[in-house]
Amino acid sequence: MSKLKLATVWLDGCSGCHMSFLDMDERLLELAELVDVVYSPVVDAKEFPDEVDIALVEGAVASVDDEKKIKKVRAHSKMLIAMGDCAVAGNVPSMRNPFGPQPILDRAYIENASLQQQIPCVVVPKLLKVVRPIHEYVKVDVFLPGCPPSADTFHTALTALLTGGPLDISELTRFGA
Amino acid sequence: MSDPVEVKTLIIDEQEVSALRGQTILEVARENDIDIPTLCHLEGLSDVGACRLCLVEIKGSNKLLPACVATVYEGMEVRTNTERLKKHRRMILEMLFAERNHICAVCVSNGHCELQAMGQEQGLTHIRLPYRNPKLTLDASHERFTADHNRCILCMRCVRVCAEIEGAHVWDVMGRGINSVVITDLNDEWGKSTCTRCGKCVQVCPTGALFDKSKIGSDHPKYPDFLPNLKMMREAQ
Amino acid sequence: MTIEELEQIQESVRAESAKFDFEVNVCMDLACSSQGSDKLRDALVKAAEASGKKVLVRRTGCMGPCSSGPLVRVDPEETLYKHVTAGHAEAIVSSLGGEPVPALQCDLREHFDKQVRVVLENAGHIDPEKIDDYISREGYKALMTALMEMTPNGVIHRITESGLRGRGGGGYPTGLKWSTVSKAGGDMKYVVCNGDEGDPGAFMDRSVMEGDPHRVLEGMAIAAYAVGASKGFIYVRAEYPVAVARLTTAIREARRRGLLGSNIAGTTFSFDVEIRLGAGAFVCGEETALIASIEGKRGTPKPRPPYPAVSGLWGRPTLLNNVETYANVAPIVRNGGKWFANMGSERSKGTKVFALTGKIANTGLIEVPLGIKLWEIIDVIGGGVPDGHKLKAIQTGGPSGGCIPADMMDLGVSYDALMAAGSIMGSGGMIVMDDTSCMVNVARFFIEFCMTESCGKCIPCRAGTAQMYTLLTRICEGTATMDDLEMLEDLCSTVKEASLCGLGQTAPNPVLSTLKYFRNEYIEHIQHKRCLAGVCNIQAPVEVMA
Repeated sequence: MSKLKLATVWLDGCSGCHMSFLDMDERLLELAELVDVVYSPVVDAKEFPDEVDIALVEGAVASVDDEKKIKKVRAHSKMLIAMGDCAVAGNVPSMRNPFGPQPILDRAYIENASLQQQIPCVVVPKLLKVVRPIHEYVKVDVFLPGCPPSADTFHTALTALLTGGPLDISELTRFGA
Repeated sequence: MSDPVEVKTLIIDEQEVSALRGQTILEVARENDIDIPTLCHLEGLSDVGACRLCLVEIKGSNKLLPACVATVYEGMEVRTNTERLKKHRRMILEMLFAERNHICAVCVSNGHCELQAMGQEQGLTHIRLPYRNPKLTLDASHERFTADHNRCILCMRCVRVCAEIEGAHVWDVMGRGINSVVITDLNDEWGKSTCTRCGKCVQVCPTGALFDKSKIGSDHPKYPDFLPNLKMMREAQ
Repeated sequence: MTIEELEQIQESVRAESAKFDFEVNVCMDLACSSQGSDKLRDALVKAAEASGKKVLVRRTGCMGPCSSGPLVRVDPEETLYKHVTAGHAEAIVSSLGGEPVPALQCDLREHFDKQVRVVLENAGHIDPEKIDDYISREGYKALMTALMEMTPNGVIHRITESGLRGRGGGGYPTGLKWSTVSKAGGDMKYVVCNGDEGDPGAFMDRSVMEGDPHRVLEGMAIAAYAVGASKGFIYVRAEYPVAVARLTTAIREARRRGLLGSNIAGTTFSFDVEIRLGAGAFVCGEETALIASIEGKRGTPKPRPPYPAVSGLWGRPTLLNNVETYANVAPIVRNGGKWFANMGSERSKGTKVFALTGKIANTGLIEVPLGIKLWEIIDVIGGGVPDGHKLKAIQTGGPSGGCIPADMMDLGVSYDALMAAGSIMGSGGMIVMDDTSCMVNVARFFIEFCMTESCGKCIPCRAGTAQMYTLLTRICEGTATMDDLEMLEDLCSTVKEASLCGLGQTAPNPVLSTLKYFRNEYIEHIQHKRCLAGVCNIQAPVEVMA
């Protein structure tokens, strides 16, 4: 049996979900028996592959870049999993929504900068007016809430998904877990 | 109106139960360990039937009734967990999560929140509705407590406990519809209000909207269980 | 006060009017007076004095066809003049006794012929601030008859027999409600009149309160006698200052005549009425919210049961009816229940007042027997859709109602038929829409109304209407997906079934009925980014920060 292709994607989030994913520790070795990690912040691939079986997405959609990425991920993945509260519900990145992006940029690049006070206009992607969970842009197959979802949650959920076993997410995790 | 029979028998979820005349469906269900979800209801306070989570189906009627206020009658057949009810409960919870800015991860009530627990209980893994992200205030003017309107679900427990139990009626509601907010006195700062600092409102608040400043992180369990006892003792006086 | 004394007053009013050869009635209702009918009346009085003719110039309540206002009717010829200004006063007065003024003549025979006036029988005929005018047209005779010749149960029986149903919107059988309150225990009961008319485009109750206030008082007094109440409240919205002033005058005059107060007509029956002002909250038209508001509390609804008939104002049994319902009471008591039941359709008896507005030639107030076909209202009474446009839909029942498409104009207007068509009778607003209306935008308008008027107590109505508004806005702006449409339908279901009071339970109706009959317009907006009526200005979405 050929291994399934697994990708993990990092949008607007703190990378905590990826850390928690890595917290599966020795169980990662079991996982590696079943999947190949073809794209991830932890591997050295620059382009999202054309065909991916499972994509785990951390983070909310906050910039034009995120929006482009999530659409590409969806187009090339058989199963898309929203990983963690930012991807599922917006979470901390969405706390700027009541104010809009401008005060955030001002605080980061003007008020708190001691040198070269300027909001970057190239390289740093433009922010969207509103930070949204990924299912507002693309269809999501599985939601794994939690901030972050625990390593056990990842293990149980991925095992169930990879082996086709039963999965009750509410038993495992919740918002803010 | 003059019904001489005190004891009623009825069926809740195919289970035969007995009840006293005047008891609500919710009371009888809980006596018999039948779970009906509630948020605005709190034992010891008057019922307002506002959260609509406790809606139940009654055989012979197309209308859904709130179990917290609907009283039992002889031969009543109640269903508490049909697909129709589950669908509405899920939608109501989604409306609550999307209405204000509920960020569980950074909330003092994370892990002790009734809304959060209810979401999990009802199998909510995400919110399909668009988040409203309203711009709301936070009142930290009180020396002991903070009111964060981002987390308020307008269950009115604080309003009721303050008026009915503490007798101060500091809390009330201002505005209409989606713009409703709870206020202290005539929309004065909490710290400058006629608050008696008893803290009952904080203990009954189901979310992290009202919290004690001395608590940090998510270390803020609440203890509303004093209410029924307090009420009973007062009535005995 | 006795029946004989009432008849004496009638005689003296007749004797007084016999002194005049002509009566010139000027409509002073809001629509006409906003176009200067008060100046017109002054000019008519002046012209009449100068002419030396025996002319009585009388101000009256609404005559009906508001779009032709200011209106003047000359009696006894019953000549109706339209768009009259102060400048026409002399011409009208000098024509008296001769040929009418052709330029001003208003031929609305078809408009009036199809109508049957019960509630509006005095509208346009009496001075609303003169109790004697009301008495001269059989006013307070029904109250006297009830007090002198009927038992309370007899009155209730007559109302039940008439088949009258609540005119506020719900259509609950009035006789049944009265009978429930009369059987409720307790030494103190209340009679409350709901004059908190808040539907957009509706002004039936205002016209009755302003044009014929005693009719409401008489209906309430009869109701109080029937159910055993001694105290009444009229809850009027503060946006109706003229209605409040007219009712205040009417109450004062009725008290002076001994028609309100202690021991009315020398019997043991005592009844008095107070006015309470609403502060403009639509939800206070809901009975439990209205009661809370009268009690001085925040106007929010309570779960029913207990119904107000058992536990209402200050926990006492309370009879709560709408203005128009009370306005039907006196004629029913006077003419008998069968007389009333002979009008109307199978399960909807009598007549109903509608405020006809929108894209229609004759806008204004009409009263028609129930069962009348919609096309008769639109084409005959209303004079059709003007400016060569095509009829698209009729919206009935205010924000809680629905839109009935043009191909269903054969529908007979009754509580049940409207309900089956996905709308409701409501309080009587009837908004006509032509092909320039976008039905998605119409639905959004009504949802916005319900969203801002929701009291905020229960979640489905508070947050559900706001979510529906967001999704409808997306559709109107062309940014919605088919998933949004599905979500909208799910929201409708929860808001309808789970809301606490009638406001929320009926709020989805405009969306549901337009989805039922005009689904293609929703689809056009979503899939083809096109608004068929050209109302929604759909543009490419811009979400990126500049």
